[in-house]
Amino acid sequence: MDLFSSLQSEDTFSSVWTVSEANSYIRDLFETDFRLADMEIEGEISNFTRARSGHLYFTLKDEKSQMKCVMWRSQAERMVFDPREGDQVVARGKISVYEAGGQYQLYASRLQPAGRGDLALAFEQLKLRLQDEGLFDPSLKKPLPPFPKKIGIVTSLDAAGLRDILNVLARRYPIADVLIAPTLVQGATAPPKIVRALQWLDGRSDVDVIIMARGGGSIEDLWAFNDEDVAQAVAAAEHPIIAGIGHETDFTIVDFVADVRAPTPSAAAELVTQDIADIGAFVRGARQFLDRQILGLLTERQDRVESLARAIELLGPTYTINTTRQTLDFLEQRLESSMQLTLSHAKQAMALAGAKLEAVSPAATLARGYAIVRSENGELRSSAGQLNSGDQVEIQLHDGTASAEIKGVKQS
Amino acid sequence: MSNPEDELTFEEALRELEASVSKLEEGNLTLEESLNIYERGRALSDYCQQYLEQAELRIEHLTEDGEIVETEMD
Repeated sequence: MDLFSSLQSEDTFSSVWTVSEANSYIRDLFETDFRLADMEIEGEISNFTRARSGHLYFTLKDEKSQMKCVMWRSQAERMVFDPREGDQVVARGKISVYEAGGQYQLYASRLQPAGRGDLALAFEQLKLRLQDEGLFDPSLKKPLPPFPKKIGIVTSLDAAGLRDILNVLARRYPIADVLIAPTLVQGATAPPKIVRALQWLDGRSDVDVIIMARGGGSIEDLWAFNDEDVAQAVAAAEHPIIAGIGHETDFTIVDFVADVRAPTPSAAAELVTQDIADIGAFVRGARQFLDRQILGLLTERQDRVESLARAIELLGPTYTINTTRQTLDFLEQRLESSMQLTLSHAKQAMALAGAKLEAVSPAATLARGYAIVRSENGELRSSAGQLNSGDQVEIQLHDGTASAEIKGVKQS
Repeated sequence: MSNPEDELTFEEALRELEASVSKLEEGNLTLEESLNIYERGRALSDYCQQYLEQAELRIEHLTEDGEIVETEMD
């Protein structure tokens, strides 16, 4: 072969290539590189399109540079993660050339949120293990005390969540005392500090319930509450523990181990308390009921005695005088003691019943010459049988009292 | 009968008040029993009411020196 003919050959470096040939050649270069065959690349998603075909087209970028990416429908459909514009992700796949477009791109087979991949995995593993150990067992859950006297809080003193909690408590349940065990709530050094704060509160007998709280943040911010030592400390605690960590959508391991999980710190404060307004309404209602009930009871007894007395009077002639006399004496006595008892409660009952009570007021009875006898310590003495010679008694008249000593007792 | 505030926690007083109401509601009591329950109920409700009224959230925290001090919230 002479020089001339070799220069004419298509196989030499000086020959002219078609675009397709060049692109095909470049593609071969990419395809035979073992490194490009499987790469994990982290970047931010931009120009994200989900084509009608189901394929995903997007660009991965960092501060300086960008790369075209595609994910075929078959892979895109299998993915749990739902990628969005702006997401920081790790894409895995091969880098090759799209010959028709003359551009190289990443053919992604997997897409994961950046940074979260490992954490999410660690979270799932710890969760499964602790679940197997029985730490989430519903039978271990302690009930919250209905009226806590002292509420312990494990949190950071400058946490926004703490302010939320205190606001709720001050409004809803100011009858409690609050004891805060301050601790770091994020960062690598936080878990042992959280454990120490929790154990300190848990060791106190004056604490009734413990809130573990932290305001919202990223999964990394909340990570201390996914720590195994923290989880074990929560499980081992003697006191009921309520977790109010992050936002409603955030779940941490502590949420699962705690006796109660609240969606937010302020919700935790609501769950450990009852509204003082409701308690007050209950107390007032109970009091009104007692007042009404006792007034009704006294009025009823008195009515009965009076109507019996009238009946006896009407039947009088058919009874022997003695029987009638005796019955009347008995009734009189009962009427009297009923009236006396009414007196001892009239003050309060009157406040309640106002004019209605006027009718049964013992003041009028006392004014008619009745007196009430009480023992030294104020107990009512309505029967001779309750008195002994030598007893010191207090006699109440309509306009004052007198002290007296019983000289003798004779039962009628 | 002793004063509820001397021997009962707020919770106990509240529960006993509830029980007093139930007993009086059920009836079947002598007048004397009714009045005793009534008196007790009054004392209990006074105590509970007072307890609720004087309430003010007290906030304390543990310092690094291991002391418990009142927490100033601004």
